[in-house]
Amino acid sequence: MIAILDYKAGNLTSVMRALDYLGFSCRITNSAEEIRRAERIVFPGVGAAGKSMESLRQLGLDELLRELFSSGVPILGICVGLQVLFDLSEENNTGCLGILPGQVIKFPEKMVSQRGDLLKIPHMGWNKVDFVKNHPVTGDIPKGSEFYFVHSYYPEPAGQDLTIGTTEYGITFTSAVACKNLVAVQFHPEKSGKPGLKLLDNFCRWSGVA
Amino acid sequence: MLSKRIIPCLDVRDGRTTKGIKFRDNIDIGDPVEMGRFYYEQGADEIVFYDITASSDRRPIMLDVVRKVAETIFIPFSVGGGIRTLEDMRDVLLAGAEKVSVNSAAVLNPDIISRGAEAFGNQCIVLGMDVKKVAVSETIPSGYEIVINGGRKHMGMDALWWAREAERLGAGEICLNSIDADGTKNGYELELTRLISTAVGIPVIASGGAGEPRHLLDVLDRGCADAALVASMVHFGTYSIGQIKDFLSQNGVGVRGSW
Repeated sequence: MIAILDYKAGNLTSVMRALDYLGFSCRITNSAEEIRRAERIVFPGVGAAGKSMESLRQLGLDELLRELFSSGVPILGICVGLQVLFDLSEENNTGCLGILPGQVIKFPEKMVSQRGDLLKIPHMGWNKVDFVKNHPVTGDIPKGSEFYFVHSYYPEPAGQDLTIGTTEYGITFTSAVACKNLVAVQFHPEKSGKPGLKLLDNFCRWSGVA
Repeated sequence: MLSKRIIPCLDVRDGRTTKGIKFRDNIDIGDPVEMGRFYYEQGADEIVFYDITASSDRRPIMLDVVRKVAETIFIPFSVGGGIRTLEDMRDVLLAGAEKVSVNSAAVLNPDIISRGAEAFGNQCIVLGMDVKKVAVSETIPSGYEIVINGGRKHMGMDALWWAREAERLGAGEICLNSIDADGTKNGYELELTRLISTAVGIPVIASGGAGEPRHLLDVLDRGCADAALVASMVHFGTYSIGQIKDFLSQNGVGVRGSW
């Protein structure tokens, strides 16, 4: 069973529907007991870092996530579920989980495209992810595939070791990271058509060893 | 770099798609769920459903459609039509939509934008604007006025002002429909689209007037739109999403590949 962590972080059902469609059994849950029994964990998220951390702490899921990371169970973080894994987010100046070293910062204002148009924030829509390192979870996804993004903040890992995918939007930023049994993506694989479903399918078959 | 989005728009009445849409043999031409899946397979970047059922007691039917669509398409989709309250928004989002679109309800009660954005996040709230070209006046300095009821009722509200105001209130996106261009198949209202899109910091979806791929090129390039809505040009099978994207791509507009 796959546990989808429930901490009032937006539309959890879309992740569940995608996993159902792929034929994997999953449950939306915040029960520590059930989560510990799960064979893998999806940590989704929509919304603000501050509120998300508040809910995680209230539910005791912050400690549980650190424990799960040490246990070796495969974990997939999505969007805000990626952002709060780092030490700190500029959004509401939020202290986060500190599972990964680095911080989450806001896109600079007044970024312009190559032809001079002002780039809008949030970064919303389909954009390419350049998978700069091989990883089992990104296997068999065609080069140049695009994924669906909605965010105003992006991760800046300390050191380049964690980055497995990058995306360009005014700047080049880290859009996918991996560390041991953990993979996290800034985009929404559950809303990214075939490449997104492929990534989820890969994750659901992954042993947790990179 | 961000791709420009091509978004088919489906009008749904009592749980069925309206207009005599011509599809290939294996598609139930009235079933919005199958049509949604069809466009998803064709490479649509997003899908919009408008519930054009007048009475609110039909809402459970629409929610059932939303639920079924969410089970079969794995791209964002938004739902509009008859959304007046936070409760309406919550129902649609919980049923599986990513975004809700408000139009006349927001004109009559702008508060719904800020309350919706606060409850569900800016990215969830799309402001639909129906706009008509009028003479420049003191009340309408841009020469574009907000109308409701399918263009029958003029609101004395400047479209440029309203777009900026909606952004300030927390709308995450604007779907800009030109009543003058709608249904003409002569192309989008480029001047209006450019005016609004360059004045706000949120994405603008152009709507109304698309008849051929060149119209999308014009509005995404010269009109500075971030996305374009298509209806009859794809519903009647004249063009596929793939054909439109090939044309755009050949002409230098970045669109998403179909894999």
